[in-house]
Amino acid sequence: MLNYIWAFMILIGVVFSAFTGNMQSVTEAALDSAKEAVSLCITMAGVMALWMGLMKIAEKEGLLAGMTRLISPLLSWLFPRIPREHPAKKYIATNMVANILGLGWAATPAGLMAMKELAKLEEERGNKNLHIASNEMCNFLILNISSLQLIPVNMIAYRSKYGSVNPTMIIGPAIVATLLSTVAAVVFIKIMDRGGKCSGSSSR
Amino acid sequence: MAAVLANISNIVIPVLIFVIVAQGITKKVAVYEEFVTGAKEGLQTVVQILPTLVGLMVGVGVLRASGFMAFLGGLIGGFTEKIGIPSDIVPLFLVKMFSSSAATGLVLDIFKTHGTDSYIGLLTSILMSCTETIFYTMSVYFLAAKVTKTKYTLAGALFTSFVGLLLSVYLAGTY
Repeated sequence: MLNYIWAFMILIGVVFSAFTGNMQSVTEAALDSAKEAVSLCITMAGVMALWMGLMKIAEKEGLLAGMTRLISPLLSWLFPRIPREHPAKKYIATNMVANILGLGWAATPAGLMAMKELAKLEEERGNKNLHIASNEMCNFLILNISSLQLIPVNMIAYRSKYGSVNPTMIIGPAIVATLLSTVAAVVFIKIMDRGGKCSGSSSR
Repeated sequence: MAAVLANISNIVIPVLIFVIVAQGITKKVAVYEEFVTGAKEGLQTVVQILPTLVGLMVGVGVLRASGFMAFLGGLIGGFTEKIGIPSDIVPLFLVKMFSSSAATGLVLDIFKTHGTDSYIGLLTSILMSCTETIFYTMSVYFLAAKVTKTKYTLAGALFTSFVGLLLSVYLAGTY
């Protein structure tokens, strides 16, 4: 999948620029983007180190376990086949709580750890095809992409900067849109997850 | 209200750090040593995703610079305007799937051109609040799990994004 998406972007980009005469800007974009990725990683590295350090303390003192317990009933319903005390659940819980609060930088490290733990879970289940996503991975990502952030702090900031009479007027509709698109995601994954089980998926 | 929200966003991090460290000390956790161990893991994670990030950002950069995004927006815009989706929104919706920062650039451009409180301005605000970067999130997350076959993830992600788009159009229209 990612192979095709990436190849599509590169190939279409180059061919299209040949027709539109944008070859020069494609050259610049390719070089600049590569540089930008590295500088983004350097910026991210400090934040990630800080966050993961804090999370380690939180883990040792049982804070994460407490947080997970709080939204555990919901997670058990969303991910019925992840064992009760599996670490993947903790990271998913952290990722979701951070996303709801709009702490994107905090959500990503927890989300990546969740994916790694879900991969380990597949290994524990004796799955041989580890390059294929488990249903849990798909469901987790779809929920993540449905956007969980309740208060769009960034958008409010941009709006007030560009002279909005009422920058916060979008909070109401934004909450409604976020909740309903998440409900749509839940309905979708519940249907797909059931389909996966019926077709005798070897994930058990 | 904006001030209250700004205050909330400002205090969340310090309060979180305080609570974590205070509780650690109370429970006799070796807080500094644990912090350093965790920080090391954090750095390793970043190093692991750097190659993907370079690949993906180059892909998006090339596609954007070629003029393909704008072309696609113009192409689809003709159809979407009939159901109330302005043509400016189409490239924004597409770019947001790939890159949040590129989308932010387009958002500020829309705010400058159309104003924040116009129909397009409101639609943009709500749309950006209820959608996520599909391809970026998928590639980084699946790389962490070493997965290449993503099954129904893309279908689900596109589905919720379209639901978000339609809701945004509807909600912006109610003002």
